[in-house]
Amino acid sequence: MDAIYKKLLDIVGEDYVSNQNEELFTYSKDLGTSDPKWPDYVVAPKTTEEVSRIVKLANEENLAVVPLGGGLSLAGLALPLKGGIELDLKRMDQILELNEQDRYIILEAGASHGKLTAYLEKNTPHLKHSEPGAPPAATIGGNLAIHGQGDLGHPYGFNSDMINGLEVVLPSGEICRFGSCALGNDWYTMHPLPDLNMFMGWSGSTGIITKVSLRLFPCKKIQEQDALVLDDADLVPEVLFKLTHIGMAEDIIVVSQEIPPPFNRLHYILINLAGDTNLELEFKRQLIFDTHLSSYIQEGRAGIGASGQDIQRPVVSKTSDWRKGGGFEYVGAIVPISSYPKCYRHGVEVSGRHHIPYTTLGRVLGTGHSMMFSWTFAFNRADEETVRHAREALHETDKEVLKMGGTLWKPAVFGQKILMDQMDCATLQLMQKVKHMLDPNGIMNPGNWEVS
Amino acid sequence: MIKLNFDENKCLACDTRDCLTKCQYMDLDVSEAGAEIEKLINGEDSRVLYECRTCYACEEYCPMDNHPFYLIVKRQEELDIPPLPEPIIKQGVQLGIPFRGDPKIEEINGPVLNMGVFSPLYPSLIQGSKLFEGLTPISTDGRKMHHFFCQLMYLHFARTSVINERLPAVIDTINSFKPTKVVHFHDECYGTYTHYAPAFGIDVPFTSVHLFEYLYHRLLELKDQIQPLNYKVCYQRPCSSRLSSDKHKYVDKIFKLVGCEHVKREYMDENALCCGSTILSQRREGSRRFSLELQNRNISDMKQAGAELCIFNCPACMQTMGKQVAESGIMPIWMSDLCRMAIGEKAS
Repeated sequence: MDAIYKKLLDIVGEDYVSNQNEELFTYSKDLGTSDPKWPDYVVAPKTTEEVSRIVKLANEENLAVVPLGGGLSLAGLALPLKGGIELDLKRMDQILELNEQDRYIILEAGASHGKLTAYLEKNTPHLKHSEPGAPPAATIGGNLAIHGQGDLGHPYGFNSDMINGLEVVLPSGEICRFGSCALGNDWYTMHPLPDLNMFMGWSGSTGIITKVSLRLFPCKKIQEQDALVLDDADLVPEVLFKLTHIGMAEDIIVVSQEIPPPFNRLHYILINLAGDTNLELEFKRQLIFDTHLSSYIQEGRAGIGASGQDIQRPVVSKTSDWRKGGGFEYVGAIVPISSYPKCYRHGVEVSGRHHIPYTTLGRVLGTGHSMMFSWTFAFNRADEETVRHAREALHETDKEVLKMGGTLWKPAVFGQKILMDQMDCATLQLMQKVKHMLDPNGIMNPGNWEVS
Repeated sequence: MIKLNFDENKCLACDTRDCLTKCQYMDLDVSEAGAEIEKLINGEDSRVLYECRTCYACEEYCPMDNHPFYLIVKRQEELDIPPLPEPIIKQGVQLGIPFRGDPKIEEINGPVLNMGVFSPLYPSLIQGSKLFEGLTPISTDGRKMHHFFCQLMYLHFARTSVINERLPAVIDTINSFKPTKVVHFHDECYGTYTHYAPAFGIDVPFTSVHLFEYLYHRLLELKDQIQPLNYKVCYQRPCSSRLSSDKHKYVDKIFKLVGCEHVKREYMDENALCCGSTILSQRREGSRRFSLELQNRNISDMKQAGAELCIFNCPACMQTMGKQVAESGIMPIWMSDLCRMAIGEKAS
């Protein structure tokens, strides 16, 4: 028997480790345009201690370790680029503690957002968390490792700004805690201790997040979605400025896409509102539509496209359904809201050039401080030519984002490289030092965020 | 040549000016109405073009069998005074563009059921029901419903040009099934082919049947299976039913046949209120709140009259008001479902 396999088996038990092609095949794929990359082993630990032992083993054997959450990044961020151990965290999905009064919940990082949503709805319906615009299988840890955002993005920013504590297995195998929990206290705050959080946005290349304390927020009894429709991209930043000034929305998303036709060359500003009573909701609607935005409506430049509808998250994956083949991948970027018109026009142009119906989406983060903007490119998995077009469109968009002054979000290796090429030298060196200090053997998700 | 058959002499001979004096959304006396009608006829700017809520009702009010509403919409387009903001018009116009392949056409040579924009609801509303036995459904694929979309909605958008441009192709599609008659599930389709098309000189080669007329006669055939429902019901009259007011009598006839009491209320029949769907988005100041007030007024009236069920026959009305109606304690339900319940079938 393979000696490493035997050691992994000793750690997690025979049901949760494999070096068989049938399992390895599954883990070699990503949903996007990335080429398959095969791990040597797949392992699914149940506890933080097991994670720690696996990482220590990987150090001894000089094997790569690639942590995997829901595997939904689309950018190949959890593919084993250099083989090694694929560490699937989905068994670590326990909800450990709910603190209603202090509005936080502690859970294992492999718990899915869907599970958390269901748990909260059942156990504390007056509290919610910021669920990302991803399938419910997206995990809490995976989302943090990529600086995800969710449906409370407008009032509270990135999901990674909504944590009160962390437990991380470092690349050395040590188990470290951050925030008030590091003092042995409850997990109620990350601040004000000196900042040591070097795990968000690193895609698991500096450590493996194993436990999280997530902030919970008031969940009002009535939730609804209203929509304002514009046909002038240049007007979008101005309207968003007003909307974020009003500050009544829980989430503000702008969608424009070629298919279905009603969305073509139009900008749907989806505004999620919540209230405990109809009176509260109507007060918010009045402020938005009858006071601050009424002049646009009367001038005929914007119109109410929907009011009081059930909340529907825009599902960009649907874009893969408009053609055969079911494939899609997107470039996400964090940009100033004022960039919206440029971002939108780039989407129309690059998609058109690659024969892909354009799909763009922007989500307001914070009080209009920035926006996550995504360009989605559909392709037919069975048609290499369409995959090539999508890949080229992705790479061109990566470059365009930097040209526009944007910052790539959860970039694939190609995007990471061009980001680091442009990065301030001192910052880059610090990144390198941090990475080397934490992971001297370079075993953690190698190929990602590697400073050359 | 597609052209509105509007006879201005009929207006000049009209004493009542009912089209505008009866309007629930404008306040005009006979003399003011006359002056505004003259402006509309002459293609001049008129307050009517700004204040019209596009409820279609003046087509019904007109005692001269003329087409005041179609004229208003035509003038709104000609003079570029759209009731809705431009992005909403673009959105609406693009909504009717088919994009997911062509429908499968087979010659039926028999009576057909045209679901129009109800196509996505076909499986739940129609499939397996005795009510529709003998009718071959067309337009049952929600992805392809825009090939059967009658386009009449664009009356709300000041775009008769869009209707006139697209309608002949839709008529061709329906006619390619070689129907002996077409039962239209939606008033809007029936109104298009029996009222709008003739008014604009558009040829319709098939015979149309209104859903309520069909349901009534079908229920008569199934009379021995009807169990009286004993509900107090009200009806949310859709705007397009104003184009088929001769069929409105079937509402009461059906209610009677299924053992329901049609409660008397202020906003019924000729005085029915618009669901507010379009008004919500109109440019005119305060439209959103006006739309909500209208709905509240309408639903309060239903409540006060003691209605237990509110009967709908338009997806826009149901989408706009269904939730509020339900929250007020009145069950929103499709007319076809009411009939299904009466013959012992389960409502969708």
